[in-house]
Amino acid sequence: MITKRIIPCLDVRDGRVVKGTNFENVKDVADPVEMARFYNKSGADELVFYDITATFDGRRIFTDVLKRVAGEVFIPLTVGGGINGLDDFDRVLKCGADKVSVNSGAVKNPRLIEDAAKLYGDQCVVLSMDVKRVGGKFHVFTRGGRDDIGIDAIEWAKAGEERGAGELVVNSIDTDGVRRGFDIEMLSAIAQVTSVPIIASGGAGNMRHFAELFKALPKVDAGLAAGIFHSGVVTIPSLKQYLSENGIEMRM
Amino acid sequence: MSDNITAVVDYGVGNLFSLSSSLKAVGANAVITSDKEVIKASARVILPGVGAFADAYAKLCKAGLDALLSDCAGDGKPILGICLGMQLLFEKSYEYGCHRGLGLIPGEVVPLKGRIDVGLKVPHIGWNKLKYKSEEPAFKYISGTAYAYYVHSYFAETDERYITAVSEYGVSVTGAVRNGNVVGMQYHPEKSGDTGLLMLKAFCEEV
Repeated sequence: MITKRIIPCLDVRDGRVVKGTNFENVKDVADPVEMARFYNKSGADELVFYDITATFDGRRIFTDVLKRVAGEVFIPLTVGGGINGLDDFDRVLKCGADKVSVNSGAVKNPRLIEDAAKLYGDQCVVLSMDVKRVGGKFHVFTRGGRDDIGIDAIEWAKAGEERGAGELVVNSIDTDGVRRGFDIEMLSAIAQVTSVPIIASGGAGNMRHFAELFKALPKVDAGLAAGIFHSGVVTIPSLKQYLSENGIEMRM
Repeated sequence: MSDNITAVVDYGVGNLFSLSSSLKAVGANAVITSDKEVIKASARVILPGVGAFADAYAKLCKAGLDALLSDCAGDGKPILGICLGMQLLFEKSYEYGCHRGLGLIPGEVVPLKGRIDVGLKVPHIGWNKLKYKSEEPAFKYISGTAYAYYVHSYFAETDERYITAVSEYGVSVTGAVRNGNVVGMQYHPEKSGDTGLLMLKAFCEEV
């Protein structure tokens, strides 16, 4: 059967990884290519790169970085950040991305999901959503979690799948950075209404949190994190070993 | 056989960046081409592909590459089809109708849907364990537990004797096949980490 996936996320600004810290045997911890190499060796099942620059130059540097990563790391690569149209899909796919993640761009123009799915296939289109509790409901936020646009997250996840998103990255703003565990309640609400793979994001602080996630929500396919991997609080080989010992199928 | 070239057939289906990078990484002299003369002169051929079967097959035929690939297979040239490229090697596919394929390996391509538990998601996407025949030349550098990365909604049904690797996903999904010099991999070796690279390396040593 398919293994659960462990996915480190790299935020890249001006060609450097933001929040890169503490790596054994990595000389330049902010170099995305070095980090990608490191994670590949550690057994990461996939890598997510977010382009968090907004400038033209920054974008050019990002695609350059992506090309270098795809030129030597041969596991699936998902790319997001600043994806607003089909030309953005084209730009990153040509540089070696396998999947493209849309967030604010899809909120502004939901047709982008179906247009991209038709052109590149469902498996290529990842809908990424930042979700926060507002008055007892789950709302979608855009612009990196700054703007509440008044869209219900459950409805948006359903609509995204109907339009052809092949996968959902669901990030909880409420648990993000808190390191007290994934937002099982919110993820469960979304898993109940969708059937595409869900990548859970936000809140992982230790290995147990990943085990809790996969045990509570068998429909969740992957756990994504940044800080705990970058800081070395959790290492991927020991995490996969731990999960495997707890009966969760891993690629070892 | 000029310079031991591995020709990667470019017929306008999918993105070849990762495949060509991975071939470079294993030291292969790979050329991405749609030029018949280059393909004819090559030591071996890789047929990639993503997307829909009928569309891809039509593109191959339009470029006159269907006959050429059959000739290459007949001449004993090693051929590797990857993902949709593997499916094209079979006699027919039932993806949106019934379509003819290259017929280089007996068998047909059928949907996962209807053959697997409704609770299992289609496409079959992700890392899955390979049950493989260790005597298969393409796996000569592989040992122990191996995983491969899959992305597909259809799979090949063929005689046991052509199957060299399978993965479990509700059914025994055909992972890799061989009919003499014609090889197919349903998973993406160029995305399967070191395991995949070692398979490509082995294939690029076939003559």
